[in-house]
Amino acid sequence: MRGTDFWTLAVIVGLAGVSVLTRCFFFILDRPWTLPAWADRALQYAPVAALAGVVAPEVVMSAGQLVPTWQDARLFAAPVGALLFYWRRSVLLTIAGGMAVYLPLHLGLGW
Amino acid sequence: MFFRRENYTHPAFKEAALAMLPLATGISAWGLMTGVAMVKSGMSVVEALAMTFLVYAGSSQLASIPLIVAGAPIWVIWATGFCVNLRFVVFSLHLRPYLMHMPRWRRLVNGYLTADMSYAMFTRRFPTPGTTPERKREEEAFLSGNYFVTWTSWMTASVIGIVLGNLVPTSWGLGFAGVLCLVGILASLANTPLRKLAAVIAGAAAVAAYALPLKLNIVVAITVAVAVSFWLERRAPAATQEPA
Repeated sequence: MRGTDFWTLAVIVGLAGVSVLTRCFFFILDRPWTLPAWADRALQYAPVAALAGVVAPEVVMSAGQLVPTWQDARLFAAPVGALLFYWRRSVLLTIAGGMAVYLPLHLGLGW
Repeated sequence: MFFRRENYTHPAFKEAALAMLPLATGISAWGLMTGVAMVKSGMSVVEALAMTFLVYAGSSQLASIPLIVAGAPIWVIWATGFCVNLRFVVFSLHLRPYLMHMPRWRRLVNGYLTADMSYAMFTRRFPTPGTTPERKREEEAFLSGNYFVTWTSWMTASVIGIVLGNLVPTSWGLGFAGVLCLVGILASLANTPLRKLAAVIAGAAAVAAYALPLKLNIVVAITVAVAVSFWLERRAPAATQEPA
């Protein structure tokens, strides 16, 4: 655990601003306005791309390299979590089921 | 806002709170895991509490944690948070006619407190915005009752997670629960063939471009995936259909 630093707090305050900006985007101003057509279409793919871009390296990489072995608990837990989501549409089940795969492999077998 | 008397005394407030209550367990579990993930990733307790109480957006918090730990530039973290939150931009367009009669500060507070679950439940209960003052009051009271439950259960569980997180050894790898939570949200967003493809392209691009400085691999991933999906959209319009 690190100490608290000013840079991180500035990041957090900015992210709070991002929360307000995104949740209120179309009713911050009084006059009506709409998105340009290209932005409206990019909006379809940007969220899913942003999350995949963050998640994929967290699952298949360690220390800046692709994991060299298939004996890594993350490689099994993440797909199981995704399949559980498609089965029951529950994020909670994804977390619980994924951890139920991850913890025995990680703690029991040291993967 | 749930702290306004005219809202929390309205019958619609209680109705909404009771309707949201069954979902509170799911929200709590997610909040607990987010709290644990924040402290396990190396954030201090003060930073984790500040993030919980100010940002109030689970997926945006979880996505920014690895970037903060890696010391990514501030604009990359904010831009990633913005992209992860883009679904709310669409929600805000939908909510606009329900809120525009209010002064701006009340619009902003209501908007800030309305997360996924509240938005979904509110628009299901009120498919069209009301035209009478009584109906508009009922709408705000209902929305307030909804997010009173989500806000309270999220904050309580997150604080417990932050406090308990430090009692658990890092070697257990509980922070991976945060990644799994993002996997769940990712799967919920990837609901058309082209969005699934965008996820695969972005994931592959983020791994391939990992060596780039400043965590620019995420910016590259978003750009490449959006550009390819955008181009394919006109060639295969059927792939953009959402399942019924």
